[in-house]
Amino acid sequence: MADAHRHEWGFVLAATVRVTHDLDLAEECVQDAYARALSTWGSRGIPDKPAAWLTTVARRRAVDLLRRTASLRQRLPLLLDERADDPEPVPEITDDRLRLIFTCCHPSLAQPAQVALTLRLLCGLTTSEVARAFLVSEPTMAARITRAKKKIATARIPYQVPPASELPERIDAVLTVVHLLFTTGHTAPAGAALVRRDLVERSLDLTRMLRVLLPSDLGVAGLLALILLTDARRDTRLASDGRLLLLADQDRSAWDRPAIAEGVALVREALRRRPPGRYALMAAIAAVHDEAPSWDETDWRELVGLYDLLVDVWPSPVVALNRAVAVGFASGPAAGLAALDALAAEPQLAGYGYLAAARADFLRRLGQIAEARVAYEEALLLTENDVERQFLADRLRCL
Amino acid sequence: MAEYLILIYEDETAWSKSDQDTFDQIMKGHTAFSENNAAALRGGNALHGTDTATSIRKDAAGEVTVTDGAFAETKEALGGYYVVEAANLDEAIALAKQVPAVYGGVEVRPIRVFD
Repeated sequence: MADAHRHEWGFVLAATVRVTHDLDLAEECVQDAYARALSTWGSRGIPDKPAAWLTTVARRRAVDLLRRTASLRQRLPLLLDERADDPEPVPEITDDRLRLIFTCCHPSLAQPAQVALTLRLLCGLTTSEVARAFLVSEPTMAARITRAKKKIATARIPYQVPPASELPERIDAVLTVVHLLFTTGHTAPAGAALVRRDLVERSLDLTRMLRVLLPSDLGVAGLLALILLTDARRDTRLASDGRLLLLADQDRSAWDRPAIAEGVALVREALRRRPPGRYALMAAIAAVHDEAPSWDETDWRELVGLYDLLVDVWPSPVVALNRAVAVGFASGPAAGLAALDALAAEPQLAGYGYLAAARADFLRRLGQIAEARVAYEEALLLTENDVERQFLADRLRCL
Repeated sequence: MAEYLILIYEDETAWSKSDQDTFDQIMKGHTAFSENNAAALRGGNALHGTDTATSIRKDAAGEVTVTDGAFAETKEALGGYYVVEAANLDEAIALAKQVPAVYGGVEVRPIRVFD
């Protein structure tokens, strides 16, 4: 049942919205269908096609409710699609998840709302689960979701796949949301746990779904590669006592080789785009690490080259910071420090803990202990993840 | 179908500094927009500057004050609008993208209908 919930929720909901034209009503009907499944699957066994079973039950419930409350419902704005005037439900069950994700990730919604709607409607998370994932209170998250749904209905955000002319831009918006989910899960911005497994797995589910629905999109291939190649190291990022382990200290034999093989094949495909997309390049960087037999055999020149390409397609100060770190390993800590100091004036990096942490590490390698101490202390002030804080405190103590 | 208001917000100082050629270019742009989208267009106007605006407010006691100037002082001020008809927000955004607004941008709002 948990499996059906995790894997089929988005499909069932997306198909039910086609009948209800109303997100809240569709959610209610899908919830009912899962409750029905809970009481009948146990005794009669799981049907061959759980998604089709759930969709049929949810849609039947929707038609029922719509008939009963027809007069009431007419006053509420309805979601639009090209069949909005057709009162009868479409008999065939189509895969409408693309429509749903493009609606959730519409650029006219604020990004936190896009993320919340995606988790709630595609992944079936409850409002309290979404609230916990982003460390906001449940009432705050409930208000955010309600506001977003109201805007979808009132401003008439359509329930459709965008036309080809707008597709690349709109796919990019979807990928940004999924990538944000992944990075938030991979290193939680705050709190006791380094990794939020739930978010990482949801982002992987969503990317696999997009890969099925948009098989020729190389941005999707790049993001799937990036997630697989980064997450392949999930079991080695913490020592048995819970300490953070850097790449240099991780047990490479415990990395997920099947995930790496799948990711590397996807990177090759994704890099065919000219110029290569940002996810493909980040995935290629992850692949260089994954394929290095040891830390000492890491090909830092290759990494600097990839970061140079990445800075071209995605000129963000954070990318420049990662490039500077690669320079430090390719050409020595003094070169790395110079590259980092060139970024010191970036307003976007003011208050960014990783800049201070990277400076501290190069200063330590150069034997400039007093300056390293100051930099570690600064990094500690700027870091809110408990596991990362412990790592920085240990480094500071060992100076 | 629904109606949307496209509000044009622009920097008035930049407008006032533009020369005749630029002004003509912009007006040509508006004419082209209106001609290309005649089927969707339900209305529209350009406004005089906020230095011609008068604001009227009534306080809780019912006291009315009339003051010089726009309701809210912002760098980019409402300078004109179009009313368009569109099937959905995506169509309205596609129209809004064509509206000339070199010194600022436009905002799209669904027009509310009361039964």
